[in-house]
Amino acid sequence: MDYVPNTEKESREMLQAIGVKSVDELFQDIPAAKKVKGLLNVSTEMSEVEVTQLLTDLGAKNANAATHAIFLGAGAYNHFTPSAVPYLAFRGEFYTAYTPYQAEVSQGTLRAIFEFQTHITELTGLEVSNASVYDGSTALGETIAGAWQVNQRKQLVISKTVHPHYREVIRTYCWSKGVEVVEVGYKDGKTDWDSLKAVVSDKTSAVMVQSPNFFGCIEEVDQAAEIAHAKGAVLVTTVTEGSSLGLLEAPGKLGADFVVGEGQGFGIPMMYGGPYLGFMATKKEYVRTLPGRLVGKTVDSEGKEGYVMTLQAREQHIRRERSVSNICTNTGLIALMATIYLSLVGRQGLQRVAQQSFQKAHYAHAQLCKIRGVQPLFNQPFYNEFALRVPDAKKASEAMMEAGIIPPLDLGAYYPELKNCLLVCCTEMNSKAQIDHLAKVLEGCR
Amino acid sequence: MENPRELRYTKEHEWVKIEGDTATMGISDYAQHALTDIVYVELPKEGREFKQFESIAVVESVKSVSDVYAPLSGKVTELNKAVTEKPELVNKEPFTAGWLFRFKAKDLNELNNLMTAEQYDAYLASLKH
Amino acid sequence: MSDVKLIYERSVPGRTSNHITLKVDVPLTEVKQAIPAKYLRKELGLPEVNEVDVIRHYIGLSKLNYGVDNGFYPLGSCTMKYNPKVNDAMAALPGHGLIHPMQPVEMSQGALQLMYELEKDLAEITGMARLTLQPAAGAHGELTGIMTAKKYFEHKGEGVQRNTVLEPDSSHGTNPASANMCGFKVVEVKSNKNGSVDLDDLRAKMSENVAVFMLTNPNTLGLFDPTIEEIAKIVHAKGGLMYCDGANLNANVGIVRPGDLGFDIIQLNLHKTFSTPHGGGGPGSGPVGVKSHLVPFLPKPSVEKVGEKYTLDYNKPHSIGRVKAFQGNYGILSRAYTYIKSLGREGLRKVGENAVLNANYMMARLRKHYHLAYDRVCQHEFVLSDEGMPNGVTTMDIAKRLLDYGFHSPTIYFPLIVHGAIMIEPTETESKQTLDAFIETMVRIHGEAQSNPGLVKGAPHTTFVKRLDAVKAAREPVLRWQPPGK
Repeated sequence: MDYVPNTEKESREMLQAIGVKSVDELFQDIPAAKKVKGLLNVSTEMSEVEVTQLLTDLGAKNANAATHAIFLGAGAYNHFTPSAVPYLAFRGEFYTAYTPYQAEVSQGTLRAIFEFQTHITELTGLEVSNASVYDGSTALGETIAGAWQVNQRKQLVISKTVHPHYREVIRTYCWSKGVEVVEVGYKDGKTDWDSLKAVVSDKTSAVMVQSPNFFGCIEEVDQAAEIAHAKGAVLVTTVTEGSSLGLLEAPGKLGADFVVGEGQGFGIPMMYGGPYLGFMATKKEYVRTLPGRLVGKTVDSEGKEGYVMTLQAREQHIRRERSVSNICTNTGLIALMATIYLSLVGRQGLQRVAQQSFQKAHYAHAQLCKIRGVQPLFNQPFYNEFALRVPDAKKASEAMMEAGIIPPLDLGAYYPELKNCLLVCCTEMNSKAQIDHLAKVLEGCR
Repeated sequence: MENPRELRYTKEHEWVKIEGDTATMGISDYAQHALTDIVYVELPKEGREFKQFESIAVVESVKSVSDVYAPLSGKVTELNKAVTEKPELVNKEPFTAGWLFRFKAKDLNELNNLMTAEQYDAYLASLKH
Repeated sequence: MSDVKLIYERSVPGRTSNHITLKVDVPLTEVKQAIPAKYLRKELGLPEVNEVDVIRHYIGLSKLNYGVDNGFYPLGSCTMKYNPKVNDAMAALPGHGLIHPMQPVEMSQGALQLMYELEKDLAEITGMARLTLQPAAGAHGELTGIMTAKKYFEHKGEGVQRNTVLEPDSSHGTNPASANMCGFKVVEVKSNKNGSVDLDDLRAKMSENVAVFMLTNPNTLGLFDPTIEEIAKIVHAKGGLMYCDGANLNANVGIVRPGDLGFDIIQLNLHKTFSTPHGGGGPGSGPVGVKSHLVPFLPKPSVEKVGEKYTLDYNKPHSIGRVKAFQGNYGILSRAYTYIKSLGREGLRKVGENAVLNANYMMARLRKHYHLAYDRVCQHEFVLSDEGMPNGVTTMDIAKRLLDYGFHSPTIYFPLIVHGAIMIEPTETESKQTLDAFIETMVRIHGEAQSNPGLVKGAPHTTFVKRLDAVKAAREPVLRWQPPGK
């Protein structure tokens, strides 16, 4: 099956108009000896019936939210997606457009991005937001250059309570830029503020913390801000669970200079890790350090209100090797989905999602901690994730998988010191019955 | 717009004016015209030291970005805050209100590396060929 | 239609949509006792609307937009081909769309198999040994590819010495930006009068300080560089690596493999060549393929097959590490996989053949009316310019007038080495009728430029808004909605 409409007759007419005898002549610049002989060694074409069967069969080998209860979070969250979200986002006018280079026929995309920027500034408590980057981990990565623009320093300090994958990305980015990375440990599930204070100096460009952190604990972002600012460093706060912003204070109001994170929690399907939504917000004075697209309001030649991409001279297509970032394609469609989601559930809806997630997690925490041999790992305020010490994490996970549950994360895989510890997550999708079932399975595998 | 006689010019279209030991610099009318509507001016920090012809500031239009080079070596003493707030001043009054920054010149002999207004006029004429 | 509001302007205090219930089925915990007040939110300024409001609002916005599903979108270098609907349907199946990225590999065998097989197919298509599927877009792939090269040279003890990346002056802005992000100095190599790499300039600039020569081939002028083998020889002779920006792979799918031309590294743009929807700016996916000597340095984890099981392999001591959380944009990978399986080897060859046939057909007809920047057989795209247009009509005017006729404009003012560039990429999914209609419109606009230049210079006339004041937007940035009176 292919999507080439031209008939043989039409192709012949076109070749004639060009003045060549065959398509091969159009590839005359390619060294003949290097051309593919015959066809590539990939499978033969399939009909839509066949390919649907193939993908359905492959999908059947994956546990998923439709077949399993999920108590796994760790940076990706099983939230509800209202039907109106894909219905609208999949409109071909949005879905099959590209970057709004021609503003006159892209007012839909441009207005949606402007709304997105407004949503993100409301949620983060900061003044300006860009039109999205790839995901939470790369959004954090992009702030390395942003912070450098602010203070021209080449050392980053990052808390070990930041998502391990994010820290790996930071290490990769920093290595390639020649920026030093210092990791700061944790104490009872939160960043160790004394250690942080000890390492932050006038060489530090940025301090990076996450709240709620990877363990689910709510970090004292204001403390981090104080420590960073005392030495002239910027504070970057990251959020991996967007829905937490329905309940928790905007990090910008607690002193963060950059608030970046993952917007998958805004009703975006888990998709095995992407495409997700990196959001980035900062203060007005740092707007030019933001990477990627920004949409601004203006007027047309008749004075009518309209929207355009703006401050583009920051970007790679103009500034080339001196641009703040190389980003071009972002995650516009996912930003659109999040925009629609946040508009649809609105102020009360996001608070309800957060309430539900908080309540389910606290109920689960209470139930699981009643089990003999199971203890809370930390004693800290949390949102919808928490860590437990269990007698045997491997055995527990296996029992849960057996029982139709996608199990909580085994923390030992990322923190060697946390052997036999599980990171449990709940959202509005976890019913009481599921939680009780989880408790029963965990109890049964002692 | 005529290129003022009392200024000296670079090949990159910057101008400099010497008054006592203070120098003032900006970009020429030709430059602002070529750049079209200027939307942003990025000035150096006060106190920054620089060499002649070093890239020292940036001006942006909607679709382009251009380096501004130092006409002489020196040290930045004063920034024109008016142009950071109203970049269109560079378009409207490039030789007067649209100046970019003042500096203490290090070596006035470097003026010999610059063009007089007459030479600059001829240089611009040669660009139009 | 003149008062299209923002969603915030439709908000009514107290209005809800009730998608999420207030009722909780578990015993309640008092939030204020669990979390200190300081860390609880005081205000949340999101809109308060109903589902009907939301549907009508965004349907209204969609009508102000233009996608490939609306019509011809010849945006050069972006490969705006038709996006088959089956790809989206497959990606949305619960078994692909609702899987958690951290779930155990035992529970993700289908996803890993898909990634494993996709990597194999992409390796065959590009002529590379292995690929990473982790990068999220083309530019992210470039960064990953350059990092991989950097690590390779560090491993060889040439990390400090090789501090430069070369690229032609026709390159995409992402190329120099990627090299700079990775700490390299960027040096431009000139193009010759045929639009190809100037070999003398390359020889002069190639040295043992150069890590990588980054080349888009076919290049941004739509031209395949006939001296590609010589270029590779020059670069390899000094120990450098050949990097292919695969943004333009659509021209050569099934025809020639970059790996066979001497390239060591390539990044793909799955959203272009493998037809995943561009979504108003993304998402994309930017796998990076390399020759065998660079495989150890690719990001981790990789997907491996051990016996009949698929696994994620983290044991890669020389890897650059992660460039993104989780496993890459799986939702794009599953679409590209569906596309490749649908087309098969037969369909893939037709992609390259017809993309190039369509472009050459348009070029042959349009060159009679517009200045053609480089007079050579083109690949998937070609570049016209506004040189010689009557009455000072510019590329911008032509682009805007096309909107009046119901077409999206080509890419304009890029590449930078052609003054007033108009870069047209038709792709293989457009029919001769569509191409003819566009060609005739371009011819008509040329006539209008002669007979009624004001009409063209004042375009567009039929769109929802007229030409927008970009200068005002940049001088006085308004980047979010503000409540009235604020």
